Order: sequence, then structure tokens, then C-alpha cells
Amino acid sequence: MAEETRERVLSIRDLDISFDTSNGTMNAIRGVRLDLYKGETIAIVGESGSGKSVTAKAIMGIMAKNQHINGGSIMYSYTDDEGRKETLDITKMSEDEVRKTICGKHIAMVFQDPMTSLNPTITIGKQIMEGMVDHYHYSKEEARKKAIELLDDVGIVDPEKRFGQYPHQLSGGMRQRVVIAIALACNPDILICDEPTTALDVTIQAKILNLIKDLQKKKDLSVIYITHDLGVVAQVADYVAVMYAGRIVEKGSVDEIYYDPRHPYTWGLLSSMPDLSTNTPRLFAIPGNPINLLNQVKGDAFAARNPYALQLDFEKQPPMFNVGGKHRVASWLCHPKAPKVEMPHSLRVKIDNMLKEVNAYGKQ
Amino acid sequence: MASSEILLEVKNLKQYFRTSRTYTVKAVDDISFNIFRGETYGLVGESGSGKSTTGRAIIRLYDPTGGSIRFRGHEIAGNLTKDEKADLRNNMQMIFQDPMSCLNARKKVIDIVGEGLDAHHAYSSKAERKEKIIRILEKVGLTEEQATRYPHQFSGGQRQRIGIARALVMQPELVIADECISALDVSIQAQVVNLMRDLQEEMGITYLFIAHDLSMVKYISDHIGVMHNGHIVESGTTEDIFSSPLHPYTQSLLSAIPEPNPEAAKYKKHVHYNAKEMGVDYTKGKLWDVSESHKLLATEEEYSKWCRKH
Repeated sequence: MAEETRERVLSIRDLDISFDTSNGTMNAIRGVRLDLYKGETIAIVGESGSGKSVTAKAIMGIMAKNQHINGGSIMYSYTDDEGRKETLDITKMSEDEVRKTICGKHIAMVFQDPMTSLNPTITIGKQIMEGMVDHYHYSKEEARKKAIELLDDVGIVDPEKRFGQYPHQLSGGMRQRVVIAIALACNPDILICDEPTTALDVTIQAKILNLIKDLQKKKDLSVIYITHDLGVVAQVADYVAVMYAGRIVEKGSVDEIYYDPRHPYTWGLLSSMPDLSTNTPRLFAIPGNPINLLNQVKGDAFAARNPYALQLDFEKQPPMFNVGGKHRVASWLCHPKAPKVEMPHSLRVKIDNMLKEVNAYGKQ
Repeated sequence: MASSEILLEVKNLKQYFRTSRTYTVKAVDDISFNIFRGETYGLVGESGSGKSTTGRAIIRLYDPTGGSIRFRGHEIAGNLTKDEKADLRNNMQMIFQDPMSCLNARKKVIDIVGEGLDAHHAYSSKAERKEKIIRILEKVGLTEEQATRYPHQFSGGQRQRIGIARALVMQPELVIADECISALDVSIQAQVVNLMRDLQEEMGITYLFIAHDLSMVKYISDHIGVMHNGHIVESGTTEDIFSSPLHPYTQSLLSAIPEPNPEAAKYKKHVHYNAKEMGVDYTKGKLWDVSESHKLLATEEEYSKWCRKH
């Protein structure tokens, strides 16, 4: 895709979010910078507590009572009904404003657990219609027709019959399809999927991921995936951002992240998950536990768990280094003057095997 | 690692739940498998396939509807005397899925782990109790100082270690691990799996590993049983299942594993499987021995069809 034709829909700059807790202030997001272009998919990867969900919710304007945005901006660009280009800063808007103008209509979200994100006392048809009636003032007849179309789009067989059913009458995979249909009801530009398949089985997971992919192509959506499953990321994403302790530590295209990872945390993530060819006696495990953000972070947050950490990592926060292409890494190891450090041997072997597999496919 | 002695023999196990006068859920319907001493047996399948029910029936959280379970040569499927029950609890333990909800929030770690010891009077003095608990905590990588804390003061990975310590303090021979790593972060999963492996080597524990994450199951298991709709449709060594899967359900399951390889993922095709559409009726099939270790549930017609392709 050529650079000029890419249309930026979302740009997050230096986002900084903290929570007041009884134990002090927790700095959950510490300067996140991220861009999303039309029709593309970006995946935010990280373990729990790394701030990926907080980032996503901030985009939707969902704020906890004790949450503060200390700085930064989330610029959302769209074309309004009359064809004019508009740009809004979501962080500057009130929660009410975001809910009325952005949520659903422009940015929609699919949550992790389809069991809890649907209302058990309302039929699924009504739940899909709700947004359309609210945002677009559709008549009931119109909304019903559109809802049945949507159910058909997300691959639900016999949508007319399902329209009048309650969530408990559907299986987990079907419920997630309904949640996706609700998200798409108001023709959003951006779809945020927060761990959309974690609660589902592998076989159903594959189907849901394919569905989101197909819908994305059909409706020209930009998608943000939030997940900790690197297998899922490899299937769906164009770009990947790896988060740790409220910062993006490495980002780039999927190929750059999977075949040429540079940050020791990414090395750890990639080597700790077994693939089908793993037969070493021990899995590689990242030592220690995630950092507690209640404490002031000095230097690189990952330094304490990082066997390759330099003295500088403990003292000064590394900036984003450009290592070519779209690949950015926040580690002092990428400084031109840093000592050369190679990724762990086992990971090197793993990546070589991956490339071999790709070559084998390419020849077929 | 694994010996040829059968530790657990499950034969024609049935676990039905009667939900109303007219409807009975056949959660586990006539399954048989053996677990050898010192090995890890992986049970995989989608949710609702009956794998957790199997685990719970074996440890007798349910009363099995039919069939036999032989543990260390003794029948444990029928009514148990008090002594038999105590013996079973001593030698078989379970690790649960969610480390957040399976620990009593109002008890200190030392008491959570010591509960089994208390119930079975497995110590003669307070000092011995403490010593036993601390020893097991240290084995799973927690310190003595952490023993007097409460569960909420620990991270997810640490809590799962407490769950493992609670199971292992009784020095069981068989541990049933029901989705014990699926609630943990990737980087922590590897730590826990390594720990389970180390403990297995050290203490000779046998695991029944119930999971839906196939790449982890492949990594940890010696034998695997694939469950679907209450039946084990295919079982065999890890090698059998992963390099020559015969049952279309197994093939579909394997094809659905998300691989962390973006370029190869583009070429991957998902195999669709629907028992009803394909006309596969598990109750009509019988178990065929494909090889000494490899078993397949199929009717005669299906057997010849599925095996011919290979």
C-alpha cells in the first residue's frame, strides 16, 4: 500500500493516564503513541496490566471514576454526512459528548466475554436495533430489516428466527457473532476488539477471526485487536504494537515483529509460547513478575526482568529507536553505540524454522 | 519417564445428568482410557465436550452413572467407604482453572495449603505441619515469608503456584489439572508449565492435563485423548495424534490452532467439521486399533474411509 493513499483515522500522541487508588497513584499509561490507518489492522499485545485495555477504553471515551488523563491526545478523523473532513480530540470531549457522537456511530467495540456483554432479558434482535434507532432514528421496520441483514452478514443461519431469541438460547460462538453484529449496526469506521476470542474454543476462534477479516474487507473497517495471544495476532494483524507497563516497547509490521524482533521483552514473549514443533525439555520463561506501576518507574520498566539489560536501562528511559522500515524499538540495545546483543539461540532457531516453513509454502 | 504400570484405568465411564423428567444430558458417554504411572495424559476438546466432567468424575466430585474407574488397582467408581474415600483424597488431587476464585480469600496461604493436612491429620505436631507446608511452598517457588499473606496479595501466576502447592502437599500420585494455565498470561504460563514438569520429574507425579490449548498439550503430554460430545473420538501418543490424525474432528481441531507465523498463516486452511452434516454418529462407532497405541472411534465404513486417505 503506497504511503500517500493511506488515510489516517486515529492518531494517539503521548497519552498519559493514571488511576487514583487507595495505595497511591498508578500510572497505567505512560506515553503511548500509535497511528491507525483506514482499512488496516493493528494489534496491541501485552500481558494483563500492561495497559492495552485502558488504551482501548480511552479511545471509546470509557473512563473509570478514579481515572485521569494527564496529557496527550487521541485525534479521530472522519468524514461527516456532508462529506467534510473533521478531526476531533477525544480526550478533550466530555463523556456524554463521546457517547452521543462517537461511540457506536464511529467507533465500536467488541468485548471479551459474550456472556456478559449481552442483556439476558432482551431479545437479540432488539439489542441490535437499539443503536440504530438511537443514532440514526430509523423506524422500527427499517431497523428490523437492517438487523436481519446484519445477522445474516455475521453468519447466523435462519436470522429471522434468531431475531426473536434471547442470548441464553445461543451458543458462545453465536453470541459473539451477535455482539459483532451490534458493533457493526451503526456503520462504524473503527472496530476495537478486546480479546474477542479468549472465551471461545479454538475451532470457533478460527471462524470468528475469519468473520472479522471478511467484514473488515467488505465494510472497509479499521480494526484494533487487543490480545495476549501471539498466534491470533499472526493471523489477523498488519501492524503490531507490543506493550509493557504502560508503554509501547516495540512496534512494526507483523513480519518485522515476528521475524526480526529486537526488544528483549518481545524475544521473551515469542520464545515462551510453544508452537507445534517445540520439543525442548523446558519452555523459555520470562523471569519474575510484571512490574507494579504504583511505584515510580525509573529507566526501562522491563530492565529488572531483562537478562540483557544495560546499566543505562536502570537509569534512563529509552526513547523509540528507528531500526528501519516501520519498525520502532524502545530499548537502549538499539542505540548505535550499544554493545551488539543477539537474540537467544532457541528463538533464532525458531524463527529460522518459521521462515523455512514459509518458503515451503511459497514453493507450493 | 513413564513406566508401563497402569495407574488409572477408565472403562466405559458414563456420566449423565438428568436435567428434567424427559431430558438427560449425556456429558460423558462411554469413554475408556488408561494413564500410566509417571506420564502426562492430555485431554483436549472444545467446551462442552465433557473433558472437565471426566476429570471431576474420576476424582469423584460426581457419582458416575456407569462404567468403572480403577485407580492403583482398586475400583473407585461405586460407593466408597470412609477409609477408601480418605485414601482417594490423599492420592488424587486437583488443580483448578481460575486461581482467583479457587482460593479462600479469608485464609492465609499457610492455612489454605495446610487444609488437606488438617483434614487427614497428616502431622503429629504444629511444627511438623509448618515444616511440611513451607517445604512444598519453597518447591513451587514461594518463600516462607509469603506464607502468612492472603491470596489477594499475590499475582495470578503466584496464586496458581499456591493452587499447585495445595494439591501437592498431600503427595498425591495423580494430579488432575483442569485448564490450570488458561487463565494465566503467556509469560507466566511458561513458568507454571516448567514448574509442573520439574515437580513431575522430582516427585514422580502423574498428570491428567485437561486443556483446550493444543500447542501446550502437545508440549506437555505423552498421551492424548481427543474428546467431542462426550466421546473420545481418537487417542494415542502425542506423535500419533499430531503427525497422523485420522478422525476429521481431530484434523479440524489441529487446523484451527493459531500459529505464531504471520506469513504461513496466510496459506493455512481451516478444516471444517460438523458431525451432523457428515452423518457421523459416535454411538454407532466402535474403537479400532490403528496401531498399538493409536485408537480411533468409527464405524466400519468410516474406518476404512478415514484410514485409506493416509
